[in-house]
Amino acid sequence: MAINWFKYSAPSTFYGLAGKLIPFFAWPAAALFAFGLYIGFFVAPTDATQSEAYRIIFLHVPASILSMFIYLIMAGYAALGLIFNTRLSSMMAQALAPTGALFAFISLWTGALWGKPMWGAWWVWDARLTSELILLFLYLGFIALQASIEDPRRADRASALLAIVGSVNVPIIYFSVKWWNTLHQGSTIKFSGTSMHVAMQEAMFAVLVACWLYAIAVSLARVRSIILEREANTQWVNELKEVRS
Amino acid sequence: MNWSEFFAMNGYAFYVWGSYGVALLVFAIEIALVRNRRKQTLRTLRLMRDEMGESA
Amino acid sequence: MKKSSLFGLLALVIRRDLLLAMRRRADVLTTLIFFVMVVSLFPLGVGPEMDMLRKMASGVVWVAALLASMLSLPRMFSADYADGTLEQMLLAPQSLSVLVLGKIVAHWMLSGLPLALIAPVLGLQFDMSAPALWTLVLALLLGTPVLSMIGAVGAALTLGLRGGGVLVSLLVLPLCIPVLIFGAGAVEAVTSGMSVVSNLSFLGAFMLFALVFTPFVAAQALRISME
Repeated sequence: MAINWFKYSAPSTFYGLAGKLIPFFAWPAAALFAFGLYIGFFVAPTDATQSEAYRIIFLHVPASILSMFIYLIMAGYAALGLIFNTRLSSMMAQALAPTGALFAFISLWTGALWGKPMWGAWWVWDARLTSELILLFLYLGFIALQASIEDPRRADRASALLAIVGSVNVPIIYFSVKWWNTLHQGSTIKFSGTSMHVAMQEAMFAVLVACWLYAIAVSLARVRSIILEREANTQWVNELKEVRS
Repeated sequence: MNWSEFFAMNGYAFYVWGSYGVALLVFAIEIALVRNRRKQTLRTLRLMRDEMGESA
Repeated sequence: MKKSSLFGLLALVIRRDLLLAMRRRADVLTTLIFFVMVVSLFPLGVGPEMDMLRKMASGVVWVAALLASMLSLPRMFSADYADGTLEQMLLAPQSLSVLVLGKIVAHWMLSGLPLALIAPVLGLQFDMSAPALWTLVLALLLGTPVLSMIGAVGAALTLGLRGGGVLVSLLVLPLCIPVLIFGAGAVEAVTSGMSVVSNLSFLGAFMLFALVFTPFVAAQALRISME
């Protein structure tokens, strides 16, 4: 079946597609999340050094990975919107930002709650946690810039430029923070170091995929609202079943 | 399976459940916000449509 | 009609911006006064214990320099935006990147350069040694241009928006963190006996990298904001 991809690059057609796709991401996400947590809590053994507190990593690591992954995807969509002038790409970037920011927040929160019992302080200036904090700032800057610009096209393009500049900076920032951390003999939040039990890896991977599916589902739902808001004056929107009833 | 032991998490209950609890709360709030946004948007669109219908 | 070479154009833009700034000297001075004030606030906040202050010194001066630079960023384009000159610049046949570079250089000469030159005085407040003071000045001379350059992108993106300086700072500060780390790190390296050159090299590398890319990126940002 030849899929005409460009058909779905129009907001009007993507709106319907997104709506149909959401359940296919949402339910597997929930199921996989439950499965991952089951493995993590009931199959994976207690850790020798970190006792039961290590179980936080099943959430912390996926959240960190996803927050970075979403930022890159968001920047990618924004760049597409900037280069090809496709409104939908920019709308997707706009939809992804809050989800990414929330994952960054979860990463920081779980990192703090993991750090306190293990390393004694609510916040240790670990290189990864600090980079995560800066990533959160980058997300917030992106969202703030979009919110401050009234004209949607200018908002799209300005935030796209910001996201691209941010993406280029992320490796530089990460490297700088790592340097700063080792220079000041900071602590490194690490887990065991030695090989992780298979069940732990399985649990983390399951939760990672679950979070990824969740992120897709939520972003698709959010982009539907964004499409409606930005295409409010078009005929197809006004003829939608949900608007007519 | 000793449930009270499970919930105690060897003394780390606050940290473990604090993490998962807040995360689930964040997910729940995010979902609620997205649904609410959709509701508001649809309501606004209906109002706009009604207004247009009246002036037509 | 004079042949407009690259440097000729740069010199023109720089001279113009400096001239305009000289007519409003207050702007330059307020940035400097802010810098001095912020640096002086820290001992008031953390206590006058000299050992601690000596350790904090480079970080404090650098953070204050960052904040002072952020403060003056909106001014880079706002005046020209308001009176229509910016629009003419966009329409001009000359390379917008070169024009932007000129504005960046002028901005640096009015903010970063004075900051770097006055920093030793502030460093003395924190009992910094002579080698540390020299390194501080050098690091600031290398780092503040990067702040102006990254700041230019932020200023261009937020042209004409409400929220002004705070919004620019929100966008630009995270991107300036590497400069802060290596800038303050260079001074600390002096006192802790580690390699100063490596920190300064990174600063130099940042400056070169920014020099190559930011005028173009800032020019694009201006086009985005102005169309």
